[in-house]
Amino acid sequence: MFKRKNVVEIAGQDGGENAIFNKETEGLSQGQIVLKRFIRHRGAMGSLFVIAILMIFVFSALDQKIGPFKIPGWWHYNTEDLPELRSIGCKEGLVGCPTISLRPSILGGQGIGLGEHPFGQDDIGRDYFALVMRGAQRSMMVMFVIGAIGGTLGTIVGSIAGFYRGWVDAVLMRFTDFIITIPAIIIGSVVGYHYGNLGVGFLAFYLGLFAWTGLSRLVRGEFLTLREREFVDAARVAGASNKRIIFKHILPNAVGVIIVSVTLLMSGAILLETALSYLGFGVVAPDVSLGLLISQYQDSFTTRPWLFWYPGLFIITIALSINFIGDGLRDAFDPRQRRRISKKERHTARVMHKTGVQK
Amino acid sequence: MSEQVLKISEFNVDFWVDGVWYPAVIDMNLELNAGKVTAIVGESGSGKSTTALGLMSLLASNARMSGSVQVKQEEMLNAAASTLRKYRGREVAYIFQEPMTALNPVYTIGFQIMETLRNHFDMGPHQAHARALELITMVDIPEPEKSINKYPHQLSGGQRQRAMIAQALACDPGLLVADEPTTALDVTVQAEILDLMRGLKDKLNSAILLITHDMGVVADMADEILVMKDGITVEHGSADQIFNRPQHPYTQQLLAAVPKLGSSKKRVLPYSESDKPQAVLKLSDVTIEYPKRGRIPAFVAVKNFNLEIYPGEIVGLVGESGSGKTTVGRAAIGLLPIKSGRIEIVGKDISHATQKDLFSIRRHTGIVFQDPASSLNPRLPIGESIGEPIFLAKIAKGADLAHMIENLLDQVELPRSYRNRYPHELSGGQRQRVGIARALALTPDLLIADEPTSALDVSVQARFLDLLTELQEKLKFACLFISHDLAVVDILAHRIAVMQNGLLVEEGDRDAILLHPKNDYTRRLISAVPVPDPAEQRIRREARLALKK
Repeated sequence: MFKRKNVVEIAGQDGGENAIFNKETEGLSQGQIVLKRFIRHRGAMGSLFVIAILMIFVFSALDQKIGPFKIPGWWHYNTEDLPELRSIGCKEGLVGCPTISLRPSILGGQGIGLGEHPFGQDDIGRDYFALVMRGAQRSMMVMFVIGAIGGTLGTIVGSIAGFYRGWVDAVLMRFTDFIITIPAIIIGSVVGYHYGNLGVGFLAFYLGLFAWTGLSRLVRGEFLTLREREFVDAARVAGASNKRIIFKHILPNAVGVIIVSVTLLMSGAILLETALSYLGFGVVAPDVSLGLLISQYQDSFTTRPWLFWYPGLFIITIALSINFIGDGLRDAFDPRQRRRISKKERHTARVMHKTGVQK
Repeated sequence: MSEQVLKISEFNVDFWVDGVWYPAVIDMNLELNAGKVTAIVGESGSGKSTTALGLMSLLASNARMSGSVQVKQEEMLNAAASTLRKYRGREVAYIFQEPMTALNPVYTIGFQIMETLRNHFDMGPHQAHARALELITMVDIPEPEKSINKYPHQLSGGQRQRAMIAQALACDPGLLVADEPTTALDVTVQAEILDLMRGLKDKLNSAILLITHDMGVVADMADEILVMKDGITVEHGSADQIFNRPQHPYTQQLLAAVPKLGSSKKRVLPYSESDKPQAVLKLSDVTIEYPKRGRIPAFVAVKNFNLEIYPGEIVGLVGESGSGKTTVGRAAIGLLPIKSGRIEIVGKDISHATQKDLFSIRRHTGIVFQDPASSLNPRLPIGESIGEPIFLAKIAKGADLAHMIENLLDQVELPRSYRNRYPHELSGGQRQRVGIARALALTPDLLIADEPTSALDVSVQARFLDLLTELQEKLKFACLFISHDLAVVDILAHRIAVMQNGLLVEEGDRDAILLHPKNDYTRRLISAVPVPDPAEQRIRREARLALKK
């Protein structure tokens, strides 16, 4: 505490142009500043919370097999189980309707509770809750794999092109342009058609190989400006190699751009997977994904709409949350963005004593 | 009795940061009459620009103001937006520091002047055009007929500033607020702009509120001076009073920190003229060219340049912006390739050296860059920045390295605990010290300092120059000091070289250059430097005008 005070005094000696504005960032590292701004972003923090809860909820629901080990899930059905089709409580002529109830018994409902099949059952009686959980697992996995592969590739291609410029840049960027001209949905459908049976991981890997283009352009642009900064010259004069300059000096400064666009890439990935599965080229039965569920039951929209609603609800929640987080990150990394202050804050703010030199 | 244009009383500005109101301007009082110039001086962060913007409520939304600001007896503080709009540009016009960013790059200067006119007067396009042409002629932009249709990027820095003055004067404002109007300009251009402003003020009988940190400019222009520190007005008086009988210790300190041309004692060359040691840096017949890019033809930045620097001396390299002085500095340590000629560092030829050759040479050289904000990696703690050259040269690592970093920090008078701080936590002056510590990490034979003080306040600059002189005397390195400020070079250098348009026009002993310049350009450069003494500056100004005629 004493130390910090000391610093403020020394900095006050020749504080410079933005001395007052710098008060907000005094004694914090760059990472801490970004974190502080991110925490202030309510939407992003809320979404982060939602995503975290959702992941724990979704991944712990069903039995997970890791090699020979089996971790039991908390939900009493699995996707392979075939319980009897129920018609209790359903409207006339319908079977497998959802048992979830959110209306308390005082208001004439059945009380808050999940019931036997909260999301209902599908045509052959499989528990739809288990199916949606498995679908959400698949979608999230696709999202992370595409984010990781696309992010890595995009960063590498972009930094090499931006740092070396010249013919390296020309070749890499024309290659990028070429990849951009192939619509991802076509690549996905070709891959899905031939290798769909190899599993969702394989599909995600392939999609990742084509998802890096936008990121690489952004990273290249960032590198082009950063490499002209004087600290790069200073590092070169100090004897740093190209590799060191790229990874130690420039990349950490570009990390904001990378994190933000990878997040947005991930929210795009989840929709891509859904779209592909809907078209029948992504995840194939007997495996399950949210898009596949929607596509399988699109005909039942009028009669059994819950088969449509629940997977849709999960898609929207995940995609929106990731988008919000990306938005919050972008704001946090933008140094120019200043918060608007509310009227209440204006009034409750403390007044700093008018010190300084004596008159 | 001339008319009162501006009256500021009990003016306060606070900024909201993280739940606390920090005061930026405290209890300011000021009166300004037509035809007079009042200067507000102070270091950056003292609240002078905040005052200027606060007058017409141009501050960001996290500011609050109290007190009273009256322009021609009309209250401006908390006035309705429509009233403010009516007065902005019409009665109170602004000239900003950086004309490139203050003018809109997608409109011609003529359009921008006409826009101001037609916002305030009921005027047709032809009428406005005629008036704009008149204004452009008045501020001496060459070829007004053509220039009126030029975009800001087609004009030089000085012309751009003139265009901005023309725009500010469009409605014959009663008050002209000039916020560091010449800071971004070369001395010779600065002198012209100041002449222009003085002439126009007399002609139009406007009042000028001049905001600057340059005491020379103040001496040249001001009738009254207000000295600010940390938001408080520490002294307020006539120019004569402030310059000749400063009362407040801060004012005295500020005046003492201003480097004055030709006032420092002679520095003895560390070697005898007849028996010269081997040169540390030798540039012979060096030509540097920026290669052609697309349709932009190749540009020769430096032509047939010759310079030698011997151990233990400081050579000042001066010239206006665009004269190629930075290019020379960068080429001298192998950051730029040269087209022809020869560069030798401690006897080794680096004119066509490979990366590997340069690596060994770099142990003998160090460089301090112009902008301390950009020359330190924002994501590295400064200890790591300082230690990097040592680490990469494989001289030390781990605990030894930490020890060496502490020694370097001691040398530049920074606390040792600073090694774990990030650049943004340091002030400009402290960052520049870190820059020196890094440049001196390998105890180089040659230090290149590229305008190291141009981003610093005068008092910080004075401390920095003291430190540099002290270190140089202790460590005996040779130094190429690049600067546009003759007064700074005067304090430091043993010898001075003057550059113009990529050519070396004059080179010699410090006194020879400053007291008896042979070249016309050098003479003009020296006469354009404003001196922080109103009486002497008047004499110099008249002499310069005579020289021009």
